[in-house]
Order: sequence, then C-alpha cells, then structure tokens
Amino acid sequence: MDNLPPMDLMRSEKMSFVQLIIPVESAHRAVSYLGELGLLQFRDLNADKSPFQRMFVNQVKRCAEMSRKLRFFKDQISKAGLLSSVRPVTQPDVELEELEIQLAEHENELIEMNANSEKLRQSYNELLEFKIVLQKAGSFLVSSGTHAVSERELDENVYSNDDYVDTASLLEQEMRPGISGQSGLRFISGIISKSKVLRFERMLFRAMRGNMLFNQAPADEEIMDPISSEMVEKTVFVVFFSGEQAKSKILKICEAFGASFYPVPEDITKQRQITREVSSRLDELEVTLDAGIRHRNKALASIGVHLVKWISMVRREKAVYDTLSMLNFDVTKKCLVGEGWCPIFAKAQLQAALQRATFDSNSQVGIIYHVMDAAESPPTYFRTNKFTNAFQEIVDAYGVARYQESNPSVYTVITFPFLFAVMFGDWGHGICLLLGALVLIARESKLGTQKLGSFMEMLYGGRYVLLLMSLFSIYCGLIYNEFFSVPYHIFGLSAYKCRDTTCSEAKTTGLVKYQDPYAFGVDPSWRGSRSELPFLNSLKMKMSILLGVAQMNMGIILSYFNARFFGSSLDIRYQFVPQIIFLNSLFGYLSLLIIIKWCTGSQADLYHVMIYMFLSPTEDLGENQLFWGQRPLQIILLLLAMIAVPWMLFPKPFILKRLHTERFQGRTYGILATSETDLEVEPDSARHYDEDFNFSEVFVHQMIHSIEFVLGAVSNTASYLRLWALSLAHSELSTVFYEKVLLLAWGYDNLVIRLVGLAMFAFATAFILLMMETLSAFLHALRLHWVEFQNKFYHGDGYKFRPFSFATLTEDED
Amino acid sequence: MYGFEALTFNVHAGYLEAIVRGHRAGLLTAADYNNLCQCETLDDIKMHLSATEYGPYLQNEPSPLHTTTIVEKCTLKLVEDYKHMLCQATEPLSTFLEYITYGHMIDNVVLIVTGTLHERDVQELLEKCHPLGMFDSIATLAVAQNMRELYRLVLVDTPLAPYFSECITSEDLDDMNIEIMRNTLYKAYLEDFYRFCQKLGGATAEIMSDLLSFEADRRAVNISINSIGTELTRDDRKKLYSNFGLLHPYGHEELAVCEDIDQVRGVMEKYPPYQSIFSKLSYGESQMLDKAFYEEEVKRLCLAFEQQFHYGVFFAYMRLREQEIRNLMWISECVAQNQKSRVHDSVVFIF
Repeated sequence: MDNLPPMDLMRSEKMSFVQLIIPVESAHRAVSYLGELGLLQFRDLNADKSPFQRMFVNQVKRCAEMSRKLRFFKDQISKAGLLSSVRPVTQPDVELEELEIQLAEHENELIEMNANSEKLRQSYNELLEFKIVLQKAGSFLVSSGTHAVSERELDENVYSNDDYVDTASLLEQEMRPGISGQSGLRFISGIISKSKVLRFERMLFRAMRGNMLFNQAPADEEIMDPISSEMVEKTVFVVFFSGEQAKSKILKICEAFGASFYPVPEDITKQRQITREVSSRLDELEVTLDAGIRHRNKALASIGVHLVKWISMVRREKAVYDTLSMLNFDVTKKCLVGEGWCPIFAKAQLQAALQRATFDSNSQVGIIYHVMDAAESPPTYFRTNKFTNAFQEIVDAYGVARYQESNPSVYTVITFPFLFAVMFGDWGHGICLLLGALVLIARESKLGTQKLGSFMEMLYGGRYVLLLMSLFSIYCGLIYNEFFSVPYHIFGLSAYKCRDTTCSEAKTTGLVKYQDPYAFGVDPSWRGSRSELPFLNSLKMKMSILLGVAQMNMGIILSYFNARFFGSSLDIRYQFVPQIIFLNSLFGYLSLLIIIKWCTGSQADLYHVMIYMFLSPTEDLGENQLFWGQRPLQIILLLLAMIAVPWMLFPKPFILKRLHTERFQGRTYGILATSETDLEVEPDSARHYDEDFNFSEVFVHQMIHSIEFVLGAVSNTASYLRLWALSLAHSELSTVFYEKVLLLAWGYDNLVIRLVGLAMFAFATAFILLMMETLSAFLHALRLHWVEFQNKFYHGDGYKFRPFSFATLTEDED
Repeated sequence: MYGFEALTFNVHAGYLEAIVRGHRAGLLTAADYNNLCQCETLDDIKMHLSATEYGPYLQNEPSPLHTTTIVEKCTLKLVEDYKHMLCQATEPLSTFLEYITYGHMIDNVVLIVTGTLHERDVQELLEKCHPLGMFDSIATLAVAQNMRELYRLVLVDTPLAPYFSECITSEDLDDMNIEIMRNTLYKAYLEDFYRFCQKLGGATAEIMSDLLSFEADRRAVNISINSIGTELTRDDRKKLYSNFGLLHPYGHEELAVCEDIDQVRGVMEKYPPYQSIFSKLSYGESQMLDKAFYEEEVKRLCLAFEQQFHYGVFFAYMRLREQEIRNLMWISECVAQNQKSRVHDSVVFIF
C-alpha cells in the first residue's frame, strides 16, 4: 500500500502550522503575494480587539471610503444607462494613494456636474411648468370671463434663484394692474403633482370656508423630478378668491403642498407673447441640458473603463489590510508576526513568494518563516478539480472530514451516480439527462463567468455529477431493458417464444424457453407477461441487498484503513473485526445464499432459511437446503454473530481505562508540578491538553456505538431496499404515462387527440419523470451515502481550510 | 380568551412576531456600546456600526460625517422596519402598530406649531420631525392661527382628531397653551391606547397595561416637576394626568399639590416600583431622573420579550430601538464634541 503513488483525494493534505515574522516595510507586499498564491490560512491573533483598535484600521477605512466612491460611480453609470465595459484595460497599475486622489477628483467632478445639471433641470422644469400653466390656465380664464386679475407680485420669488433665464424681460412685458376694483376677484394659477390635488383642494376649501373656485386640468406632459429622476404627473390649477388675507393663506397652503404658482396674464395676446418667449427659452435650455448630459456621460464613460479594475483593486487592498490586522505587531522589533496553516506541498511556493516580496520591497531583512507545533487539529484541505469538486461538496455537505481521515468522496464519485442509476434505470430518460449534462458542459466556460439563478447555479455546479448519473442510468436502463418503459431487442433475440403460432396464451399461461438466455440484461419478453412483476421485484430486491451489503462492507473496511493510518490497533481489534464478522455472518451469508440461488436456480425460500436460522438453528432445512453443510455453517455463523456483539461492546472501554491508569501510575506528584508550571508558562488554555478520563462516559459512548451498529446492520440493510422501491416506482410511473397517455391517445384516429396525448406525455416525462424523479432518486442516493455508508467510518468533524486568497473575494463581500 | 392565544396567534401575527424578535436580536449589546464608547471619531462609530444592522444604511455616506446623518440613517432603519411590519400586519395588529406612531405625531404637531409661532422656516421644521409621526398635510399646520383652526384645517383628517376634541379652545397659540395641548393630547392618546389594549385582551392587555401605566406615571411625574413654579393651577395640573396607571387616583391627588421636587419624591417613594428609581437620586436632584426612568423603562420593555403571543413585543421593540438611537446620538455627540468623559451620563444599555 505504501508504494502506491499518492492520491490527493484519499486523505486530506498534510498541513503544517507556520509562523511568519515579516519586517514592516515588506509586510504589505508579502501579504498581497500570499493572497495571490492563496495557500495560507491566517489565524486571527487579535480576535479580542475591536475593529478600530487594530493596526491598520485607517487603511481599512480608506478602502471602505474608496469603495463607497466606486459604488457611487457604479450607481451613476447604471443610472445614466451606460454599460461598464469589460474590455481589458491597458492602463498600468496605479498606486493606492494615486487611485485615492483620482477617485476623489472624479467624485468632485461628478458631484459638481450633477449639481449643475440639477439646477438646469430645475429651471427647465419651472419653465416647462410655466408653459403648461399658460396653456391650460389660459383656457380657464377665457371661459371664466374677464373679471379676474392675475396676481403679479408672485413671479419675483419664482425666478429669484434662476440664473439661466433672464426673467426681467418677462416681467417688463407684464402690466402691473394693481388691484382691479371691479369685483375684487383675483386668482392664483399654478401646478401641483397629481397625487396631491384632492387633498389640496379640500384644504383650500376648508381654509377659505368655501369662498373660492377651484379649477383643474391635467398637464399633458410629465415632468421629471430632478432628485429621484422619475416622471411625475402634474395637474394645473387655478384658484379664484377675493381678499388679501385669503391670498396669504392660499400662498401658505401652496407652499405646504409644494405647489408652484405662475402668473398668467388674462390678455390673450400677452399670453401668446409670453408663451412664445417661454418656448424659445425652453429650447435653449434643452440644448444646454443635453450638452451637460453628454459631457457627464463622457466623464462617466471614462470612469467606466477603469471601474471594474478599480473595484477589484480596492477589494484586494481591503482584504490585504484586513489580513494585516490579524497579525501581531511587535513594536520593538519593527516587524509583524503572523501564524497560520499551510499545506506542506506549498512550502516551497510560499517561501518563494516571501522571498520575492523581500526582494521587491528592497528590505534589508528577510522574512523569517518557520514551522511550529499547534495544539488544535489542522484544517482539512482537499485539492479538487472541476470534476471531483461536486462530489467533494456532496460529502462536505454532511460534514467536513476530520484531518487526514479517509475521504469517502473518492468512492462517491462512482457509487453515488451508480446508486442513483439503480433507481433511475431507463436509458431513454438517461439519454435526456445526458443531453442536458452535455449542454451544461459544452457551455461551461460561458456559464462559468455569468451570474446564474440559484437553480441553474446548482445544476451548473453538479454538471459532472449529472453526466455520470446519466451515463450510469443508460447502463442500468440497458440492464433493465427499458426505454421510456418500452423494451427493445438490442442484444439478440428473446430466449422465449409462444407455445403456438397464434400466441393467444402468451399473457395467461406463459411462454416457453427455447434458446440460451438473453445476452445482456432483462429479456424483453418479460414485458407484459403475467409474471413480470414478481420476476422484476425479486431481481431488484435481491440486487439491492447485494449492493447494500457490498457498500456497507466497504465502509467497514475503510474504518480499518482509518484505524491503521492513525495507528490505533485497538480500533482494529475491538471494533473493525467484530463489526465485519457481525455484518457478514448475517447479511453476508444472506448475500451468499442469493448468489447461490441465482447460480443454481434453486427453489429454496430464503425468508424461511433466514428466519429459521434464528428460531431453530438446529432443525433440518429440508427442501430449503441450498448446499451441503449449510446447517452447521449457519450454527457457526450465528454463534459468531452472538460473540461479536459483546466483543465490540466490552473490551475497548476497559482497555482504554487500563491504559489510562497505567500511564499515570505513580506519577501523581509529577503531574501536579508540571501542570502548575504549565499554567505559568502557557496561560493559553487551548494548548493545554485535557487528560481527564471518564470511564462511564467512554463506556456509555461505546455502548451507544455498538447498539447503533447492531441495530443499524439490520435497518441499514432494509434501507437499501429503497433502491428496489424507487426503481419499481420509476418504471411503473413511466409505464403508466406510456400506456395510459401516449398509447391511449394514439389509439384514436384524430390528430388533435394524438397531439394532446403527445404533449401530455412529453410534459409528464419532462417534469415528473425527469425532474421530480431525478430529484427523489438523487436524495435517496444521498441518504444512502450519508447515513448507510458514511456512518460506518466517517467522523466528519473537521473544519475546512480557508486560505487567504484574492481569487475567493467576491462582490458581495463589500 | 386569555391562555388561548397560542392556538390562533400565529395564524396572523406569527410571522411578524418572528420578524420583530429577529430585529430585537439585532439591537446593540453592551459589548457594542463599550466599543462605541471607545471611538475617537465619528468615522470610527460608522465603522463599528457597519458591522451591525445599521451597516447598509450608513455605508454610502461620504466621510466627514455629522451626528445628524448618523441619527437620520439609524432612524431610517427603524422606519423601514416599522413600515415593513405595518405592510404585513392584519387587523388588529395593524391598528396597534399605528397607535405606536401617534405619540410621534403629537410631538411633530407641537414642534411645527411652536416653530411657526417663533417664525421658523417650515421646511426646516419638517426636517426635524420624526419620520414615524408624519402625516399628509403636516406642512399645512403652519397656516393655523389658533387651536380651533388647527383642528378644523388639519388635524380633523388625522387619527389625532378625537384627542383634540378635549382641548379645543379659541385661545391663541402661545408656548404655555401649546405645552398644555401637548399634554392633553398625550393624555387622551395614552388613555385611548390603553383602552384599545384592554379591548384586545389576553397577554397583550396585561403587558401593555404595565408598559402604558409606567408611561403615564412617568408623564405625571414630569408634568408635576415641570409645572412647579408656573402659573398652572392645581386643578389644571391634575387634569393633565392620565386616568390610569399605578398613581391613579390617589397619587395624582398628592402630586397635584406638590410644590417642590422633594415633595414629588415623597409621593413617589410610597410606591414600591418607583422607590428604586428615586432611591438612586440624591435629594433635590432632577437631572438624572430622566435616565433613571429610561433605565426602568428599558428593563420593562425587555421583559415584554419574555412572553410569547402578544403584541407588546412590537411596542417594546420600537421603544428599544428609539432608546438605542438616543444612545447613539448621545455617544456621537460626545465623540464629536470631545466630551468623552460624559459618554456614560445618558447612555442606557439595553442588554
């Protein structure tokens, strides 16, 4: 075994705990090189400090500030409807400080431009509103007669903050009517957003006690809100009232509702003149506005070219400083001390990176790198590729392997898709799955770069699992001889033929065998025969037990290799040996009987044999005897199984206890002394081994373990019958859809019914058989691996190796 | 139906109760406050808060921060939590949730009316209003000249209208009248809320009556202390006390005649739950009273989470968040004004 080449997946990588002493001047570079390498997991040495007490808090804050600016740019770019380019950027690397300055400049520029365009937009809006009011209110005024006199004094406030429109000319042309005395009726015209009109009107009515007239008309154009840049619907209103006090009240209410008011001359010619002027100003403003937006978009586009790169750069810098904050700072020595885990194979790469960092930063002192002892168990690290990764994930979802424990995913690669296929055996469905998997694999590089939905993400991640699952289901489907539940004569002729030429008795009395068995898989003639179900059930049930016993044995054998690897002969002698004896003396024997029965074609009843093996082992087997010497063998096996139970229960805890007392015999004084010194030297309790031995706890644990195994041997074997059940369900379901939907519809000589039947068949196949059944078979295969297989040997209480790596930084970390 | 809430409560309010308990788990802990108190600048505070539930609200704020921005953003979080819950709520929980905001509404009305009285800009005043107490026509409050108009123009549309019927006079608005109006409104509001909770029954009534009684009693004490030395008559003072609570009615009789703070103390010490609050204060001191009351309130609010299947948790959560925002404001102010020695003066730890 030891001469074999190393296999990455069998056991997790050997790790070592290293300490780095990095001079301050090369620290940043060293950590960023390590981040590129991505093979060192730093330990947080400042876990007790709050974020802003750490060393590099200012840099982290600066990075956060920069990423805020970048978010602002991104937001602005997407608001402006520009696509941030993914072109490769040729710009040379910029320093962080430079970038910071650049970002600040860009931000200021953008903010200024935004402010300008907002101002412009506001005056544009005002003019537009004025225009609308003129158009709409003019019509009210004409219809309401000529009494009204518009309020002229208002326009000063309206235009006071407006730099772009020369309002003076407008004002000059307006006549100042004074208060026209005819009826004292005045009006205020303005515009208000549509959602507020109703409340506005009610409020006016209440405030004026009904002494007013309110006219409204919806504006034809929507006006853009400069802040949210949403289009708002507005309504033009004209309020007629009388009296000075009423005016101030109305003005206050207008203000409160955010309505803006504009003067409208009642003279039609004047109106037209103002309208013309406003329109021309509007055109001018529009041009300016467009130019401003173009300018801004250009600036945004130039930012957009670098944006992706900047974002990733800032993210990396932040990660580097976060990592640096995890190191200890030794002020007197001017250096940083870091600790962490790295795989042993990466040592050379690590040292090279560190040397490069020392060299590149012109540091006088090299980075000191040495291996230390660590009390805690190392992290688990498997080097996977895109093929094995999904299988490793399946195992990790149950629990991450203990350090250097034997890894079930090596076997899962084959057994998982195989067990799936046993339940999903249909080569027609298998081909459908295969096509799906092939599409995913063919578009792998394209799909890998884009963001997928959670469902697609899952499918994409498991594409190689899907591929193997589909290949195995084609294989199993060929064995079951099912193609959308239809059997085919692929491997030669059937072994059976009808008794006579009419074949009238085929479904009742049966067929006669006339030649050698069908070459591969199930004979197509079983299909539809009277004994189809009993035959297939017996076949699949027995097969399930054989597969189950084989896989469980495999699990127990792996526990042997685990024990050998960790040098625990105790586990081999008092756990592995009795376990394998127990399982095989009962269910191994059953498997043997099944194989003998298949080979000899015996008629023996295996239920009877197994049951009476327990009830009356000495009784004669009679017609159920399969081979010579079966009875004595059964007695021996039964005795072995009965011995195995106490064997796995009692010796181990007692031996552990003896070992413990032996180890500490006569050393009581010594221990006290050392533990005291230990406490002084190493107050860190994590490094202090706990040597307490609690016999009752160990014994109870062993008892639970043994009972679980003994009961589990029975229940797990029964659990493997799900292979039979699911496969039966699958084939029956597809038969139903084929016969009761497709064939039934095909029986009618009507195109519509046929099409409907075909559509229903396709739908049922795609959604029920391909999706639901795949899912259920997948889950059952998962369970068989997690529970029935892995509980024989797998501890799964390790933790994953999470190296500091730039590659794993993702967007949502911001 | 006391005792049977467990059967039906979760049908409508189970989801929201889960939400609110989740929110409660996001409240800052003593460890957070300890860290916050050690901050040197407002940026440090922002950095610390970015690891909490306030993170998303503060992360896009440009760097020279102001206390007001922090408070504003933290309040925004509270408001969004509240709105989310209100959207999901069904009757009677939605009414209950709306009741919680009426207090802010009263404060906002008073703020705007006082502001207009002193001729402040309405927009400026609106910015100072608590966003939970906003209603549609709040800006029009500035139009009103006296209470009658205030009611007829604006408040008649708001849920505050029924409370107002008690305090309509045609008197002009002045500071004293406004303060009396605030307290009358509050009295009516608390009584109404109390009645509503009693109507709901069950654990809600039990827990809310405790919380609201505490609130009413605290207001009674504050009114008594604040009205010492003013022209408010004893009868008027007594009218402002809510008609429930531990002090009702005998405590109110005694409070109404108090002439100085030590007399108030004497009255309050007869009531065991308030004894502990006043025993912390030295004689003649009223500065620390607010803090003592807040601490007691927080303790009671936290206890509301110990029971399940009642609406008190929503009230408690909103109040705790508000207390937390007050704490943050105090800490930020202390940090901004370099008064770190005073940080602990007003911060009430929640957990």
